[in-house]
Amino acid sequence: MNFELTEEQKMIRQAARDYARRELTKDVLERDENAIFPTHHVKALGELGFLGMMTSPEYGGSGMDAVSYVLAIEEIAKIDASLAVIMSVNNSLVNYGLETFGNDFQKDKYLRPLADGTSIGAFLLSEPEAGSDATHQRTTAVDKGDYYLVNGTKNWITNANSASTYIVMAQTHADKGPRGINAFVIEKNTPGISLGPHENKMGMRSSDTHSVMFTDVKIPKENRIGEDGFGFKFAMKLLSGGRIGIASQATGIASGALDLAIKYSQERKAFGTEIFNHQSVAFKLAEMAIKVENAHNLCLKAAWLKDQHKNTDMASAMAKCYAADIAMEVATEAVQIHGGYGYVKEYHVERLMREAKLTQIYEGTSEIQKIVISRALIK
Amino acid sequence: MNILVCVSNVPDTTTKVKFNGTQLVTEGVQWIVNPWDELAITRALELKESGAGVDKITIATVGLVGVEPTMRKGLAMGADDAIRVDSDPKDAFYTASQLAEVVKAGNYDLIMTGFESADYNGISVGAMLSELMGYASVGAVSAVNIIDGKLQIDREIDGGKEVLSVETPLVVSVQKGIAIDPRIPAMRGIMMARRKPLKVLAPVDADVYTEIVEIELPKAKSAVKLFDAEDVAGLVDALRNEANVI
Repeated sequence: MNFELTEEQKMIRQAARDYARRELTKDVLERDENAIFPTHHVKALGELGFLGMMTSPEYGGSGMDAVSYVLAIEEIAKIDASLAVIMSVNNSLVNYGLETFGNDFQKDKYLRPLADGTSIGAFLLSEPEAGSDATHQRTTAVDKGDYYLVNGTKNWITNANSASTYIVMAQTHADKGPRGINAFVIEKNTPGISLGPHENKMGMRSSDTHSVMFTDVKIPKENRIGEDGFGFKFAMKLLSGGRIGIASQATGIASGALDLAIKYSQERKAFGTEIFNHQSVAFKLAEMAIKVENAHNLCLKAAWLKDQHKNTDMASAMAKCYAADIAMEVATEAVQIHGGYGYVKEYHVERLMREAKLTQIYEGTSEIQKIVISRALIK
Repeated sequence: MNILVCVSNVPDTTTKVKFNGTQLVTEGVQWIVNPWDELAITRALELKESGAGVDKITIATVGLVGVEPTMRKGLAMGADDAIRVDSDPKDAFYTASQLAEVVKAGNYDLIMTGFESADYNGISVGAMLSELMGYASVGAVSAVNIIDGKLQIDREIDGGKEVLSVETPLVVSVQKGIAIDPRIPAMRGIMMARRKPLKVLAPVDADVYTEIVEIELPKAKSAVKLFDAEDVAGLVDALRNEANVI
């Protein structure tokens, strides 16, 4: 057992921290207020190697381990959770999916620009009537011999407008249920693809979320990922790893809120002393710190398992469920410690509280995580 | 042109400094590249990347093995190699003497030091190093450019700046303006840093001329005093008689 990070891991954490504090703090409030996509930050993070962190250098990625990835996402999310989710979708869903299950053509054509940050990707699984129950895909991909014809609608798609590469799940053999689902890599500018309006979200407002409509979209056969019918299994495998990213994002949100609350508690005076000296505040901070530490350790455990090529299903579900729930609790308490100031935007904690909420919902709700965990208990 | 950047390993500038006698309590201290030196490395990298004719950037530090993570950061930023003189930097003259040996053993045209280090703020090593080497030296440097293969240096002077054209070899002590922000190392740089050469040299005998006999922390700032908006006379009186600033 060794809790010491390597020199490289510390350096990566510091690089992410430096970027977040120096660059993201400047415009995070404005981007949240006006729902502006962080184009220049995505470009800068791509150049630093944060958008293809775990992708092999063979495909233009950084070749880092999952532990480094957790540390980087946490640091970015402390300041700007929207950017953290852009990173997470690109790294652990799209890049990981293409590198692990894509064919050589897909890796060469699509993975390279995704890994070096010159383009970003999106993961299209959710539908208007298929959220937690992803087995019932209504989007169809009909096998037309030398191509697939895709029709349907995908919902709540992160990076929908800014991405150039989509990973799309669609039903090919309805009679086979989940085993009839296929996954495809699809270029966003393919004829027949259109976007719904920008979703006006409670939080994560700087990431662009849309529904995506497919109308008679022709997809070459070579763009199918894996064997016929592999799509649902593919999606579930990706989401197991993807949860580590969202868990880290939630931990970062909680950790950022805790940092702000600690700072404020040492500045604000009430009843003749800094509010930190009141036990009701100090104990709250202690409880928040315990939760952040637990979430952080769960993320690292899941990442470590991934780095050892061991099964991460249960560990990543635990990390995601716990981190998301405590992000909500810790951010809410941080607002409480700030009092009235916490309720206005320039103190950041209200934004973190709004952002925390989404981590309990997307990439598997907290309830879905508990299904995964409880099923694993009796295996 | 080869550039040597002299790097100090200093406590993070947000560290709450504590002393045990004259010894810094290092427990819990995070060590970083001295911020001025980090800007010097950044400018050296910018010059190299601009195609102005920089062949190699070396960083040098006088310090025990614990400074190596700081040096790896410099390598991750993009420096080509590093040299560590295996000794505590006992005082400015001792440090400059060790660095002089590094300079003698290399082939450096431009030697950059930070204007001061964020720990003891001696503002001495750059000038001492140039004296020991018999090199020209420019302090308070806010810009280094290479124009047609020649160094052009901006130096801050009272109320303005001087632009100098200087022959190499040269020692410059750089300050604000030398680079906008320190370079954040990219992932690839971080992974390559371990594979870049970090040479360790034994220290040479050198005199130590100074000894810290006492450390006194700055007095805690007194609380802010608020005056009613109408009470201009009270404010003026306090500024004149309490703060003694007018």
